[in-house]
Amino acid sequence: MSQPFRLASGGRIDRTRPLSVTFNGKRLEGFAGDTIASMLIASGQHLAGRSFKYHRPRGILSHGSDEPSALLSVDWRADRGPGRRDPNNRASVVEARDGLVVDTQNHWPSLETDIGAVNDLLSPVFVAGFYYKTFMWPRKFWDKVYEPVIRRAAGLGEAPKVPDADRYSNRHAHCDVLVVGAGPAGLAAALAASADGTRRVILADEGCEPGGALLNDVTSSVGGTPAMEWVAESLATLDARENVVVLPRTTVFGYYNHNHVCMVERVSDHIADAPEGMARERLWQVRAGEVVLATGSHERPLVFENNDRPGIMLAESVRSFVNRWAALPGNDLVVATSSASAYRTALDAKAAGMKVSIVDIRLETDCGPEFAAAREAGIEVRTGHTVIRALGKKRVSGLVVAKIGSGGGIGEKTTLTCDCVAMSGGWTPSVHLFSQSRGKLAFDPELDAFLPGTSVQAERSAGACRGVYDLAAVVADGAKAGGGSAAPEATASFTGFQPVRVLPTDADASRVKAFVDFQNDVTAKDIKLAVREGFESIEHVKRYTTTGMATDQGKTSNMNALGLVAGILDRPLPAVGTTTFRPPYTPVTFGALIGPARDELFDPVRKTPIDGWAAKNGAVFEPVALWRRARYFPKAGEDMAAAVARETRAVRTNVGIFDASTLGKIEVVGPDAAEFMNRIYTNAWLKLKTGGCRYGLMLREDGFVYDDGVVARLAEDRFHVTTTTGGAPRVLRHMEDYLQTEWPDLDVFLTSITEQWAVIALQGPKARQVLEPFVSEIDLSEAAFPHMTVKTGYVCGVPCRLFRVSFTGELGFEVNVPADYGEAVWKTLYEEGQKHGITPYGTEAMHVLRAEVGYIVVGQETDGTVTPDDLGLSGLVSKVKPDFVGKRSLARPDMVAADRRQLVGLLTRNPGEVLDEGAQVVDDPSQPIPMKMVGHVTSSYASSNCGRSIAMAMIDGGRERIGETVFVTTPAGFTEATISNAVFYEVKGETADA
Amino acid sequence: MRRFSLKGLLQEAASGHQGWERQWRAPEPKKEYDVVIVGGGGHGLATAYYLASVHGVTNVAVIEKGWIGGGNTGRNTTIVRSNYLFDESAGLYEHAMKLWEGLSQELNYNVMFSQRGVLMLAHNHHDVISFKRHVYANRLNGIDNEWLSPEECKAFCPPLTISPDIRYPVLGGALQRRGGTARHDAVAWGYARGADARGVDIIQNCEVLGLKRHPDGSVAGVETTRGTIGAKRVGVVAAGHTGVVMSRFGLRMPVESVPLQALVSEPVKPVFPCVVMSNAVHAYISQSDKGELVIGAGTDQYVSYSQQGGIQIINHTLDAICELFPQFTRMRMLRSWGGIVDVTPDRSPIIGKTPIEGLFVNCGWGTGGFKATPGSGHVFAHTLATGEPHKINAPFSLDRFRTGRLIDEAAAAAVAH
Amino acid sequence: MLLIDCPYCGKRPEVEFHCGGEAHIARPESPIEMADADWGSFLYYRTNPKGLHAERWLHGHGCGRWFNALRDTVSDAFVATYEMGKPRPEVSPATAKA
Repeated sequence: MSQPFRLASGGRIDRTRPLSVTFNGKRLEGFAGDTIASMLIASGQHLAGRSFKYHRPRGILSHGSDEPSALLSVDWRADRGPGRRDPNNRASVVEARDGLVVDTQNHWPSLETDIGAVNDLLSPVFVAGFYYKTFMWPRKFWDKVYEPVIRRAAGLGEAPKVPDADRYSNRHAHCDVLVVGAGPAGLAAALAASADGTRRVILADEGCEPGGALLNDVTSSVGGTPAMEWVAESLATLDARENVVVLPRTTVFGYYNHNHVCMVERVSDHIADAPEGMARERLWQVRAGEVVLATGSHERPLVFENNDRPGIMLAESVRSFVNRWAALPGNDLVVATSSASAYRTALDAKAAGMKVSIVDIRLETDCGPEFAAAREAGIEVRTGHTVIRALGKKRVSGLVVAKIGSGGGIGEKTTLTCDCVAMSGGWTPSVHLFSQSRGKLAFDPELDAFLPGTSVQAERSAGACRGVYDLAAVVADGAKAGGGSAAPEATASFTGFQPVRVLPTDADASRVKAFVDFQNDVTAKDIKLAVREGFESIEHVKRYTTTGMATDQGKTSNMNALGLVAGILDRPLPAVGTTTFRPPYTPVTFGALIGPARDELFDPVRKTPIDGWAAKNGAVFEPVALWRRARYFPKAGEDMAAAVARETRAVRTNVGIFDASTLGKIEVVGPDAAEFMNRIYTNAWLKLKTGGCRYGLMLREDGFVYDDGVVARLAEDRFHVTTTTGGAPRVLRHMEDYLQTEWPDLDVFLTSITEQWAVIALQGPKARQVLEPFVSEIDLSEAAFPHMTVKTGYVCGVPCRLFRVSFTGELGFEVNVPADYGEAVWKTLYEEGQKHGITPYGTEAMHVLRAEVGYIVVGQETDGTVTPDDLGLSGLVSKVKPDFVGKRSLARPDMVAADRRQLVGLLTRNPGEVLDEGAQVVDDPSQPIPMKMVGHVTSSYASSNCGRSIAMAMIDGGRERIGETVFVTTPAGFTEATISNAVFYEVKGETADA
Repeated sequence: MRRFSLKGLLQEAASGHQGWERQWRAPEPKKEYDVVIVGGGGHGLATAYYLASVHGVTNVAVIEKGWIGGGNTGRNTTIVRSNYLFDESAGLYEHAMKLWEGLSQELNYNVMFSQRGVLMLAHNHHDVISFKRHVYANRLNGIDNEWLSPEECKAFCPPLTISPDIRYPVLGGALQRRGGTARHDAVAWGYARGADARGVDIIQNCEVLGLKRHPDGSVAGVETTRGTIGAKRVGVVAAGHTGVVMSRFGLRMPVESVPLQALVSEPVKPVFPCVVMSNAVHAYISQSDKGELVIGAGTDQYVSYSQQGGIQIINHTLDAICELFPQFTRMRMLRSWGGIVDVTPDRSPIIGKTPIEGLFVNCGWGTGGFKATPGSGHVFAHTLATGEPHKINAPFSLDRFRTGRLIDEAAAAAVAH
Repeated sequence: MLLIDCPYCGKRPEVEFHCGGEAHIARPESPIEMADADWGSFLYYRTNPKGLHAERWLHGHGCGRWFNALRDTVSDAFVATYEMGKPRPEVSPATAKA
């Protein structure tokens, strides 16, 4: 396609840099500075998509981010392979560059011929909310028939199907003043705010070029120079100031608590030869001292029959295409307006060579100087006229207009032939961000607009977004908001409009389609229907009709809808309510929101110092909390079961080596450390001797088990506490909470030392033999170093806290060495262990081994509803201590109830059968559903050492039921099992039992 | 009430839809009602509907501070499921599920209940045990729930990544095929229309200011912005604002109100066939009939009535969504919002009596109230009609916070609702 | 995201903090002597006000200190932050709106 509608000169395009894109498979030409919308218009192509519900042909309504209709699928870099195609891009904001592949959406087989348009014929049925009233019979048909059909018809573009090839970045920034919008108000504000070089100022604008509405303006002047020259000078001034950051292509989309403002910068989509790896978008999270909102306003469409025909555009958008992009949206223009500002469009279009006439809803007496200006330019103006309907289908071909009689009657109709309509129903200030900041909106009936009222955060609005429309006033308002006093002179604008909701017509209003929300196909009659059915709050109307809920979030439609409802109900507009604006201002990619948090940076994996060795030695890993842990170390040909059987046997016959570094570790230090421990744990600590270890049980204040672990007393005033792997952060927080807020009198310090110590567990009859050659200053003999004691010394010459503890029941040591030495010590012990048949084992074998001897795992046997007594651990609950965290709760009626679930063992009738963890237990498998469940399986393993399967379970009153038979669910049904004690293996030789 | 039917719709289409009536009236409050329900959300409206339709109690008013369905009813991610672990919860939510299954027909209002299946993903060993425990318990309670292998998860939800190389690989999933979604607004409107047709007064823009009590302390009515309204019994169903209402009545509740956020994407053609919940990574996602991906995020950590949370909550949720569905990073967030949810210490609701005679409460649904709407209304109607709890809601009493008999699904499974 | 004025470190973003719920609920001196209902009330019942709320925060990813704050639960604006052990500040309604 060539560019028949491109002007030979003018505009902000660079004719020395031609470019082309692929549009629906054809070549579309343009210049640097174009958008897809301006290229389409320059080429004479107005049909740009099909509507959501009725599949009506749609064109380009606007020139900015409020575009509801021209939505395109774009493959941003088709030449670089898949992964860069996305739907629902607004043609008016996609910057043109070589290589873009764009396609229109929501039609089949083609844009020109769309079968879905049959919906337009069925539209008398498809009114607002019709689906609530039907599709109910037969009942099963909703899921299977109706809904799939509705779903296929709905939706706009196609979701991406392959992973995104682009990357996204993010950045945090702080500033004294954030100015949102680089139109005349924003520029003036930024200039004023940054005059003091100590104040950090950020100026962000969603457009690719600063200037705002001045980009469309070829007649105004500011400070005695043409407006865009003033913009250029202002930018040069700002650029020269080191305290200013100007960010074009940056949309401020969210205004959150405490002046936390989020914006997204389009970094590379507009660059044809962007380097590989350059971020596509950047999320800015700005904490601003003050925010100046200079976000401008949105033009309102007029609501009349067929107001959605391609070629019918907003008046300011017509002006923009003519002036900024030197692209004429047609030859014959009718300007239909109730707003003075549209006269500027008429004048500029005429000056650019279009044939122009004006239809003004207002009476001549209500017009301002714009009327004389139009007359002077030789433009025919019909005042006091309404538009009855638009003609044409895929392109507007005319407007039927009529004089409005003094009593509101419709006079004789005239058809104005045209190929373009510029419409304006006035202006709606863009108060989105103000509203997001929780500021209260106030309705101004004079301006027919909601304006910023009471502020909640440190922010000010300036210019059109607070209803100031005259250019001179806008510049002054901006300067003032930026803290300045003086502002340059500027040209006066044509301002003022008469609010109209639906244009007067003599057509049957219940038949005509006059669109309020273009994208969601909501017409005036839909809104009337909703009100008729009792939906009176604007929120109800929105939800019933879906007006304002499309991808443009009602930027162009909300005020027309609100006014229409108010009019029907004959209530003041604010009484109908206003929409609360929610982030984002315009849609934001998930990619920008997540930024670099993808793949390996999604949730970084915690690895122990021995992880590298495990990986090299064939470990299969599993995620445990944020850590990855070696689950088992298969030898060639082994599956998990075989590997675990071998590893568990090795521990009981020779020796195993296990990486326990992930265990949480907290050091509790201070004169009152023992007293603190006494209050936090259920058991007693005052009498634990230095060098002794004790198993500690910790409750929440509600009496349920919170965490457990072995605690060593290293000195009178120093405890080395271990926690579960997942529990470390919350246990430290829990301890700090009580220490700082309840017992500030205690002189204790808490330090997380999880990362400081690598922990190597040696478990098994030969553990001592492996360790002995490397230990200095510690006597390893049973007499000198009994079970549940701790000593400090050296292993391999490295300072060490050596624990004589066991989580397997076997002779065991846990070697704590500084993390940096963890791998070296491990390797040394492993080498030495070769003589003794040492076997590295993983978490799976660890679980089996501990279950064999009946040790619980908090989080597996317990689930947040379990008391110490439920676990058979009431012996660990001090009867002597007057108080500890959770003690009082243990005395509540339900905590001492007889039928509580208790920890027991389960032995399957068939010793080879391994129960499912999580399986439920019943007494009678033949009872009817719903069945009475009496327990559940918490842990279950094939135990090579026991020569059979073993399981732990929580059973109602289980300790009284040892020896009884129960039935346990399996994937296929039930299996029989006997309740047993939860200790399955008796350790031979030198045991760990204390 | 004029019945909705295809025939009626076609007739109206022929005559320009001029004949539709109001779906509910806008009456002035009467001097006195048998029952006044405070709160015009789904639960309150359902309560009114079942009071009238099941118990014949029609002298009922639902009073609503704003517009009906404007709170959490219209702000949730519309997920419906009943695969809860404990018998008490399973009983309550399955009761609701059975009512959902015939609700459109019962109300003569298409609430678009779509049993597309709810798939809960397990990402670690703990999840696997927990979900299997649910699956087995549900099976014995007559509730459908099945365990799927990663490959079966992928077959059920083709967009899902089951690569073992991602941060939290999918180890399997629990699928409730009868679970799904419904059109949240329609639930409120359908109950309102049905209740109204049976004589219930729905009074919007009416805020409760205080409780009127007889000399013996029992309930006599409520003071409102539209005057005093007498009532023999009062049921408070005010979700996130329950604490506020009850404090006006002089009562404290074991609830805290926190923001819960959600978001939708731009609408796209069908791409997501079911509901997926991933607890370990804090995300749930489905696709609406309109084509938007509907994504539920977490709660903020502090008490707030602002219906606005921090963006870090949204970001965190999207991190997880895009880890499981990396093809969605180019999708765009269209709208995000917050609701105020009332959370109890055990994350289970409170449905029953209060210390004041004649005053009843139904609150504490936290993040999971929508799915319970029909069941909650049904049992609360029973409670209000008879003065005693239904056997299904008896365990959900206030007294459990004294005895310690909590119904702690969250602690049992670390499963969000 | 809230901006929280840690009494020890100054203003920091919310992600550095953990909220610990309502403040000034001292743990009873002798829990074991309390009635079940009173203990239940201590454990579970909160004021949950729509308005000024005294609450506890932990600057976990900072100084590691717990402190109290007074915040409006409608606007989310902080009126004051103060050290543990100090009384809840008296706030006039005018300040509370800030």
